[in-house]
Amino acid sequence: MSETTESLPKAYYQYLQELQAIDFVLVDLTLYLDTHPDDEQALAQFKQFQKRKHNLMTQFESAFGPLYHYGLSPATGASWAWSETPWPWQV
Amino acid sequence: MDGTSAEWRSYVNFRSPFDPCPARVKWYDVPPAVTYPVQKSARKQFAPQEALRKGTLWPEYDSPYPPV
Amino acid sequence: MLAKMLIEQYGGADGELSAALRYLNQRYSIPDKVIGLLTDIGTEEFAHLEMIATMVYKLTKDATPEQLREAGLGDHYVNHGYSLFYHDAAGNPWTAAYIASKGDPIADLYEDIAAEEKARATYQWIIDNTDDPDIKDSLRFLREREVIHSLRFREAVEILKEYQGSKKVF
Repeated sequence: MSETTESLPKAYYQYLQELQAIDFVLVDLTLYLDTHPDDEQALAQFKQFQKRKHNLMTQFESAFGPLYHYGLSPATGASWAWSETPWPWQV
Repeated sequence: MDGTSAEWRSYVNFRSPFDPCPARVKWYDVPPAVTYPVQKSARKQFAPQEALRKGTLWPEYDSPYPPV
Repeated sequence: MLAKMLIEQYGGADGELSAALRYLNQRYSIPDKVIGLLTDIGTEEFAHLEMIATMVYKLTKDATPEQLREAGLGDHYVNHGYSLFYHDAAGNPWTAAYIASKGDPIADLYEDIAAEEKARATYQWIIDNTDDPDIKDSLRFLREREVIHSLRFREAVEILKEYQGSKKVF
Protein backbone atom coordinates (compact mmCIF):
# COMPACT_ATOMS: atom_id res chain seq x y z
CA MET A 1 0.00 0.00 0.00
CA SER A 2 1.48 3.27 -0.99
CA GLU A 3 0.96 6.12 1.41
CA THR A 4 0.59 9.68 0.26
CA THR A 5 0.60 11.22 3.69
CA GLU A 6 2.29 14.57 3.57
CA SER A 7 2.20 17.02 6.35
CA LEU A 8 0.92 20.39 5.27
CA PRO A 9 2.54 23.48 6.75
CA LYS A 10 0.81 25.06 9.72
CA ALA A 11 0.20 28.21 7.70
CA TYR A 12 -2.00 26.20 5.30
CA TYR A 13 -4.48 25.49 8.07
CA GLN A 14 -4.23 28.98 9.53
CA TYR A 15 -5.00 30.56 6.16
CA LEU A 16 -7.88 28.17 5.53
CA GLN A 17 -9.34 28.76 8.96
CA GLU A 18 -9.22 32.52 8.51
CA LEU A 19 -10.62 32.32 4.98
CA GLN A 20 -13.40 30.10 6.26
CA ALA A 21 -14.38 32.68 8.87
CA ILE A 22 -14.30 35.61 6.40
CA ASP A 23 -16.17 33.58 3.79
CA PHE A 24 -18.76 32.66 6.37
CA VAL A 25 -19.38 36.30 7.27
CA LEU A 26 -19.87 36.98 3.54
CA VAL A 27 -22.31 34.06 3.24
CA ASP A 28 -24.47 35.16 6.16
CA LEU A 29 -24.31 38.84 5.14
CA THR A 30 -25.33 37.85 1.61
CA LEU A 31 -28.52 36.20 2.83
CA TYR A 32 -29.24 39.23 5.03
CA LEU A 33 -28.75 41.60 2.08
CA ASP A 34 -30.99 39.41 -0.11
CA THR A 35 -33.91 40.35 2.14
CA HIS A 36 -32.59 43.78 3.26
CA PRO A 37 -31.14 45.24 0.03
CA ASP A 38 -31.44 48.83 1.28
CA ASP A 39 -29.27 48.46 4.38
CA GLU A 40 -26.32 50.62 3.39
CA GLN A 41 -24.31 49.89 6.50
CA ALA A 42 -24.52 46.13 5.90
CA LEU A 43 -23.55 46.66 2.27
CA ALA A 44 -20.51 48.68 3.36
CA GLN A 45 -19.51 45.86 5.70
CA PHE A 46 -19.95 43.37 2.87
CA LYS A 47 -17.59 45.36 0.66
CA GLN A 48 -15.02 45.58 3.42
CA PHE A 49 -15.07 41.81 3.99
CA GLN A 50 -14.92 41.23 0.26
CA LYS A 51 -11.60 43.09 0.25
CA ARG A 52 -10.31 41.04 3.18
CA LYS A 53 -11.32 37.84 1.41
CA HIS A 54 -9.61 38.91 -1.77
CA ASN A 55 -6.35 39.72 0.03
CA LEU A 56 -6.34 36.44 1.91
CA MET A 57 -7.17 34.50 -1.25
CA THR A 58 -4.30 36.09 -3.13
CA GLN A 59 -1.86 35.19 -0.36
CA PHE A 60 -3.16 31.64 -0.01
CA GLU A 61 -3.19 30.97 -3.73
CA SER A 62 0.34 32.19 -4.31
CA ALA A 63 1.53 29.87 -1.53
CA PHE A 64 -0.68 26.79 -1.99
CA GLY A 65 -2.40 26.87 -5.37
CA PRO A 66 -5.84 27.68 -6.74
CA LEU A 67 -8.99 27.83 -4.60
CA TYR A 68 -11.47 28.29 -7.45
CA HIS A 69 -11.89 26.86 -10.91
CA TYR A 70 -13.20 28.21 -14.26
CA GLY A 71 -10.68 31.03 -14.32
CA LEU A 72 -11.60 32.62 -11.01
CA SER A 73 -8.16 31.85 -9.60
CA PRO A 74 -5.00 32.92 -11.40
CA ALA A 75 -3.30 30.17 -13.42
CA THR A 76 0.29 30.54 -12.31
CA GLY A 77 3.19 28.23 -13.01
CA ALA A 78 3.90 26.07 -16.03
CA SER A 79 1.54 23.19 -15.26
CA TRP A 80 -2.18 22.81 -14.57
CA ALA A 81 -2.36 23.15 -10.79
CA TRP A 82 -6.10 22.42 -10.39
CA SER A 83 -5.58 18.67 -10.46
CA GLU A 84 -2.98 18.72 -7.71
CA THR A 85 -3.94 17.53 -4.23
CA PRO A 86 -5.05 18.01 -1.57
CA TRP A 87 -8.79 18.55 -1.95
CA PRO A 88 -10.72 20.12 0.91
CA TRP A 89 -12.18 16.81 2.12
CA GLN A 90 -8.71 15.26 2.33
CA VAL A 91 -6.96 17.71 4.62
CA MET B 1 -33.24 20.34 29.23
CA ASP B 2 -34.50 22.10 32.33
CA GLY B 3 -36.20 24.97 30.59
CA THR B 4 -33.30 27.37 31.04
CA SER B 5 -33.41 28.02 27.33
CA ALA B 6 -36.33 30.31 26.60
CA GLU B 7 -37.00 28.85 23.16
CA TRP B 8 -37.91 25.36 24.40
CA ARG B 9 -41.45 24.35 25.39
CA SER B 10 -42.53 21.35 27.41
CA TYR B 11 -45.73 19.33 27.47
CA VAL B 12 -47.18 16.25 29.11
CA ASN B 13 -50.05 14.59 27.28
CA PHE B 14 -53.03 12.76 28.80
CA ARG B 15 -51.95 9.50 30.35
CA SER B 16 -54.35 6.58 30.80
CA PRO B 17 -54.60 5.14 34.33
CA PHE B 18 -53.90 1.77 32.67
CA ASP B 19 -50.71 3.06 31.12
CA PRO B 20 -47.81 1.07 32.64
CA CYS B 21 -45.29 3.76 31.65
CA PRO B 22 -44.63 6.75 33.90
CA ALA B 23 -45.51 10.17 32.53
CA ARG B 24 -42.69 11.69 30.60
CA VAL B 25 -42.18 15.36 29.86
CA LYS B 26 -41.63 16.03 26.15
CA TRP B 27 -39.89 19.03 24.69
CA TYR B 28 -39.92 20.90 21.43
CA ASP B 29 -38.02 23.83 20.02
CA VAL B 30 -39.52 27.12 18.94
CA PRO B 31 -36.47 28.49 17.10
CA PRO B 32 -35.81 32.25 17.01
CA ALA B 33 -36.80 32.45 13.32
CA VAL B 34 -40.32 31.44 14.36
CA THR B 35 -40.51 33.96 17.21
CA TYR B 36 -38.87 36.79 15.23
CA PRO B 37 -39.59 36.06 11.56
CA VAL B 38 -38.14 39.36 10.36
CA GLN B 39 -34.64 40.53 11.29
CA LYS B 40 -34.80 44.15 12.44
CA SER B 41 -31.16 45.12 12.48
CA ALA B 42 -27.72 43.91 11.42
CA ARG B 43 -25.92 45.83 14.14
CA LYS B 44 -25.37 43.09 16.70
CA GLN B 45 -22.90 40.53 15.33
CA PHE B 46 -20.53 37.80 16.44
CA ALA B 47 -16.86 38.19 15.54
CA PRO B 48 -16.00 36.17 12.38
CA GLN B 49 -14.37 33.18 14.14
CA GLU B 50 -17.17 33.01 16.68
CA ALA B 51 -19.80 33.29 13.93
CA LEU B 52 -18.18 30.39 12.06
CA ARG B 53 -18.32 28.25 15.19
CA LYS B 54 -21.93 29.16 15.95
CA GLY B 55 -23.22 28.88 12.39
CA THR B 56 -24.57 32.42 12.33
CA LEU B 57 -23.40 36.01 12.39
CA TRP B 58 -26.47 37.08 14.36
CA PRO B 59 -26.61 36.63 18.16
CA GLU B 60 -30.40 37.18 18.12
CA TYR B 61 -30.79 34.08 15.94
CA ASP B 62 -28.28 31.87 17.71
CA SER B 63 -30.12 28.71 18.74
CA PRO B 64 -27.81 26.32 20.60
CA TYR B 65 -28.51 22.58 20.52
CA PRO B 66 -28.69 20.81 22.89
CA PRO B 67 -30.19 23.87 24.62
CA VAL B 68 -28.05 25.50 27.28
CA MET C 1 -23.53 3.72 12.88
CA LEU C 2 -22.98 7.48 12.72
CA ALA C 3 -22.10 7.39 9.01
CA LYS C 4 -25.33 5.52 8.35
CA MET C 5 -27.35 8.20 10.15
CA LEU C 6 -25.51 11.03 8.40
CA ILE C 7 -26.52 9.55 5.04
CA GLU C 8 -30.07 10.68 5.89
CA GLN C 9 -28.91 14.27 5.33
CA TYR C 10 -27.13 13.28 2.10
CA GLY C 11 -29.83 11.52 0.12
CA GLY C 12 -32.83 11.64 2.44
CA ALA C 13 -36.13 13.49 1.98
CA ASP C 14 -35.12 16.50 4.08
CA GLY C 15 -31.43 16.22 3.28
CA GLU C 16 -29.11 18.71 1.66
CA LEU C 17 -29.48 17.35 -1.90
CA SER C 18 -33.25 17.72 -1.71
CA ALA C 19 -32.85 21.22 -0.34
CA ALA C 20 -30.41 22.40 -3.03
CA LEU C 21 -32.48 21.01 -5.89
CA ARG C 22 -35.77 22.25 -4.42
CA TYR C 23 -34.64 25.88 -4.21
CA LEU C 24 -32.64 26.04 -7.41
CA ASN C 25 -35.58 24.56 -9.32
CA GLN C 26 -38.15 26.95 -7.84
CA ARG C 27 -36.07 29.97 -8.85
CA TYR C 28 -37.39 30.11 -12.40
CA SER C 29 -41.01 30.75 -11.55
CA ILE C 30 -40.66 32.86 -8.38
CA PRO C 31 -40.92 36.70 -8.48
CA ASP C 32 -37.64 38.50 -9.26
CA LYS C 33 -37.28 39.92 -5.76
CA VAL C 34 -36.57 36.52 -4.19
CA ILE C 35 -34.68 34.75 -7.00
CA GLY C 36 -31.38 35.90 -5.51
CA LEU C 37 -32.26 34.43 -2.13
CA LEU C 38 -33.29 31.05 -3.58
CA THR C 39 -30.08 31.00 -5.64
CA ASP C 40 -27.89 31.77 -2.64
CA ILE C 41 -29.53 29.34 -0.23
CA GLY C 42 -29.68 26.65 -2.94
CA THR C 43 -25.94 26.96 -3.56
CA GLU C 44 -25.16 27.00 0.15
CA GLU C 45 -27.01 23.67 0.46
CA PHE C 46 -24.56 22.16 -2.04
CA ALA C 47 -21.74 23.26 0.26
CA HIS C 48 -23.55 21.52 3.13
CA LEU C 49 -23.89 18.42 0.95
CA GLU C 50 -20.10 18.47 0.62
CA MET C 51 -19.75 18.73 4.39
CA ILE C 52 -21.97 15.68 4.94
CA ALA C 53 -20.09 13.80 2.21
CA THR C 54 -16.78 14.67 3.84
CA MET C 55 -17.96 13.41 7.22
CA VAL C 56 -19.27 10.12 5.79
CA TYR C 57 -16.11 9.68 3.70
CA LYS C 58 -13.82 10.26 6.68
CA LEU C 59 -15.83 7.94 8.91
CA THR C 60 -15.85 5.06 6.41
CA LYS C 61 -12.71 5.30 4.25
CA ASP C 62 -10.50 3.15 6.50
CA ALA C 63 -13.14 0.78 7.84
CA THR C 64 -12.91 -2.92 6.97
CA PRO C 65 -15.91 -4.56 5.30
CA GLU C 66 -16.55 -6.28 8.60
CA GLN C 67 -16.61 -2.98 10.47
CA LEU C 68 -18.97 -1.55 7.88
CA ARG C 69 -21.24 -4.57 8.36
CA GLU C 70 -21.24 -4.01 12.12
CA ALA C 71 -22.13 -0.36 11.51
CA GLY C 72 -25.17 -1.41 9.50
CA LEU C 73 -23.51 -0.55 6.20
CA GLY C 74 -23.12 -4.11 4.92
CA ASP C 75 -25.86 -3.67 2.32
CA HIS C 76 -24.36 -0.37 1.27
CA TYR C 77 -20.93 -1.95 0.84
CA VAL C 78 -22.29 -4.77 -1.33
CA ASN C 79 -23.90 -2.29 -3.72
CA HIS C 80 -21.56 0.70 -3.56
CA GLY C 81 -18.25 -0.33 -2.00
CA TYR C 82 -16.62 2.66 -0.37
CA SER C 83 -18.40 5.15 -2.57
CA LEU C 84 -21.18 7.37 -1.35
CA PHE C 85 -24.67 7.19 -2.73
CA TYR C 86 -27.76 9.38 -2.60
CA HIS C 87 -30.03 7.35 -0.38
CA ASP C 88 -31.46 7.83 3.09
CA ALA C 89 -30.44 6.13 6.34
CA ALA C 90 -32.77 3.21 5.56
CA GLY C 91 -31.30 2.75 2.05
CA ASN C 92 -34.17 4.24 0.03
CA PRO C 93 -32.68 5.90 -3.07
CA TRP C 94 -33.18 9.65 -3.46
CA THR C 95 -36.23 10.54 -5.49
CA ALA C 96 -37.55 13.76 -7.01
CA ALA C 97 -40.75 13.05 -5.08
CA TYR C 98 -38.93 14.47 -2.05
CA ILE C 99 -39.07 17.96 -3.48
CA ALA C 100 -42.08 20.02 -4.38
CA SER C 101 -42.55 22.82 -6.84
CA LYS C 102 -46.05 24.14 -7.13
CA GLY C 103 -45.28 27.25 -9.17
CA ASP C 104 -47.20 29.30 -6.62
CA PRO C 105 -44.79 31.64 -4.82
CA ILE C 106 -46.48 31.48 -1.41
CA ALA C 107 -47.00 27.70 -1.58
CA ASP C 108 -43.37 27.20 -2.62
CA LEU C 109 -41.95 29.44 0.12
CA TYR C 110 -44.03 27.73 2.80
CA GLU C 111 -42.77 24.42 1.44
CA ASP C 112 -39.24 25.77 1.85
CA ILE C 113 -39.86 26.96 5.42
CA ALA C 114 -41.27 23.53 6.31
CA ALA C 115 -38.26 21.85 4.68
CA GLU C 116 -35.86 23.93 6.79
CA GLU C 117 -37.72 23.11 10.03
CA LYS C 118 -37.71 19.40 9.12
CA ALA C 119 -34.00 19.49 8.37
CA ARG C 120 -33.42 21.30 11.69
CA ALA C 121 -35.31 18.57 13.54
CA THR C 122 -33.40 15.84 11.69
CA TYR C 123 -30.10 17.40 12.77
CA GLN C 124 -31.36 17.43 16.37
CA TRP C 125 -32.16 13.71 16.23
CA ILE C 126 -28.74 12.91 14.75
CA ILE C 127 -26.95 15.08 17.36
CA ASP C 128 -28.88 13.21 20.08
CA ASN C 129 -27.38 9.99 18.71
CA THR C 130 -23.78 11.19 18.48
CA ASP C 131 -20.96 11.39 20.95
CA ASP C 132 -18.21 12.31 18.47
CA PRO C 133 -17.41 15.91 19.53
CA ASP C 134 -16.14 17.05 16.10
CA ILE C 135 -19.10 15.64 14.21
CA LYS C 136 -21.37 17.21 16.81
CA ASP C 137 -19.80 20.62 16.19
CA SER C 138 -20.35 20.33 12.45
CA LEU C 139 -23.94 19.17 12.91
CA ARG C 140 -24.68 22.04 15.28
CA PHE C 141 -23.34 24.41 12.65
CA LEU C 142 -25.57 22.86 9.98
CA ARG C 143 -28.62 22.95 12.28
CA GLU C 144 -28.09 26.65 12.93
CA ARG C 145 -27.93 27.29 9.17
CA GLU C 146 -31.42 25.78 8.86
CA VAL C 147 -32.63 28.30 11.46
CA ILE C 148 -31.20 31.17 9.42
CA HIS C 149 -32.56 29.84 6.11
CA SER C 150 -35.98 29.52 7.69
CA LEU C 151 -35.72 33.16 8.79
CA ARG C 152 -34.82 34.31 5.28
CA PHE C 153 -37.69 32.37 3.67
CA ARG C 154 -40.08 33.90 6.21
CA GLU C 155 -38.75 37.34 5.25
CA ALA C 156 -39.22 36.42 1.59
CA VAL C 157 -42.91 35.80 2.30
CA GLU C 158 -43.08 39.30 3.82
CA ILE C 159 -41.41 40.74 0.71
CA LEU C 160 -43.97 39.05 -1.55
CA LYS C 161 -46.82 40.36 0.61
CA GLU C 162 -45.55 43.89 -0.08
CA TYR C 163 -44.67 43.31 -3.72
CA GLN C 164 -47.36 45.55 -5.22
CA GLY C 165 -46.99 48.23 -2.57
CA SER C 166 -44.24 50.71 -1.95
CA LYS C 167 -40.70 49.67 -1.16
CA LYS C 168 -40.61 48.29 2.34
CA VAL C 169 -37.75 48.76 4.74
CA PHE C 170 -37.73 46.35 7.65
